[in-house]
Amino acid sequence: MRFYEYESRRIVERAGIPVTDYGFATTAAEAGQAAERIGGPTVIKSQVLTGGRMKAGGVRFADSPEQAEADAAEILELEIGGHVPVGVLVDPKAEIEQEYYAAVLWDGRAKRPMMLFSDMGGIDIEQVAAEHPDHVGRGHLSNLHPIADFEAKQAVARCGMTGSALNRASAVLARLARLQRDYDMTLAEINPLARLADGSFVALDAHMEMEDEAVGRHKPMLHEIGVDLDEPRELYEPSEFERNVKAIDAADHRGVIQGKDHGFHGDLGLVIGAGGGSLTLTDAVRSQGGRPANYAEIGGNPSVAKSKGLAIEVLRKDGVEKIAVMMSIVSNTRVDIVARGVIKACLELGKDPAETIAIFRIPGAWEEEGYRILDRYGVEYCDRSVSMWEAAGRAVARVQGDRTGSQ
Amino acid sequence: MHGTFIDVEVSGAAASDPELARKLEEVCPVDIFAAAGGTVEIARENLDECVLCELCVEAAPRGTVVVRKLYDGTRLER
Ligand code: SF4
Repeated sequence: MRFYEYESRRIVERAGIPVTDYGFATTAAEAGQAAERIGGPTVIKSQVLTGGRMKAGGVRFADSPEQAEADAAEILELEIGGHVPVGVLVDPKAEIEQEYYAAVLWDGRAKRPMMLFSDMGGIDIEQVAAEHPDHVGRGHLSNLHPIADFEAKQAVARCGMTGSALNRASAVLARLARLQRDYDMTLAEINPLARLADGSFVALDAHMEMEDEAVGRHKPMLHEIGVDLDEPRELYEPSEFERNVKAIDAADHRGVIQGKDHGFHGDLGLVIGAGGGSLTLTDAVRSQGGRPANYAEIGGNPSVAKSKGLAIEVLRKDGVEKIAVMMSIVSNTRVDIVARGVIKACLELGKDPAETIAIFRIPGAWEEEGYRILDRYGVEYCDRSVSMWEAAGRAVARVQGDRTGSQ
Repeated sequence: MHGTFIDVEVSGAAASDPELARKLEEVCPVDIFAAAGGTVEIARENLDECVLCELCVEAAPRGTVVVRKLYDGTRLER
């Protein structure tokens, strides 16, 4: 779950990290009042869940409350990348001595949180890491042990900081690390973290992302900072495919299906799932040179209608002539029921299941019954003795064979 | 009209037994049977959802309910 900047600011503030005397406003008049209260020049920032605000004109500098109000009125009307702002953040224009970068993120490879700190803040951290690696300090944290301040200090010291700045910045990073753990953040980032003329550190901008599965555990905190859990927070407008799959899933309590196609432009439709199988199988298709047309998840014993619904949606996608129906592990999902569903999808679309289903590999309950159905329709299938990677390879070969044949 | 994969038959006399109709409606986990006006009605649109549990076959008098698997020609009956 992503947070708006003003919500991230509240989360950071709750964790005891100093922030500027900011204001959040949903109307131009409120923005003017916030600027009046803050006093002096202000920055008015659009609150949208997308990047590119500065370029799109969603960040403006105002010298007076009147100008802040006028800027806010324009920003509130400005759509950025298809996103309508939920409000504006009014920030004082701080007198900054130096900008830093502080983050704690989940390192999937190390399976541990990782702290990142740089004395070159305000710019893209990837660029800093590539061009000035000695200006980036890193440090992994234990998943079990309490987070000690000295661990944060080590990470900050690795980019060459010393003295009072080191102590003050370390305290911020340690708090950020605790916040990341306490609230199951996949990313807790402050960029820039500013050192002001008096030597104090304040978070000027923060970016938080919470693990979706953890949202339920943190309802009290989310409620406290004013997050509306009913409001959709998609990073992009869901496609027709995604909306349809969601509706099919919601209409029938049996089993689970999911489908995503944002960023997918391939020709092999995927009806895949079970125990982390979706990611593994999508990777397997790619590593075999295939081009997935979508991401999907199917499992938990879906009905025939639900399996059919997912397969129909996948087969309706532009450029998809074949689907691969695969699952990873032996699960309780009934093979015969899914086989019925995907074959029915082909038949209802006037397609030959034997031609359309590039491979069927579901190790699970009622396999033999499933194979009898697949035999009847001439669908190519394999059992658990064929690896996921190999099965993906067979599917890719069939799609590529078709493409070669039609050239 | 049958399903793509499954057909269910209830023999003539049994189909108009209100008690059997009620029983079949109760036992089938995927709503293939409905007790309508005291007779057994089959929801054709649900036939392919049949999970082959045989509860209907067991609940009915011997020889009155048959579940046919259209893909291999076998039958569930007693
Ligand atoms: S076998 Fe089970 S699922 Fe199929 S019709 Fe009979 S009771 Fe319903």
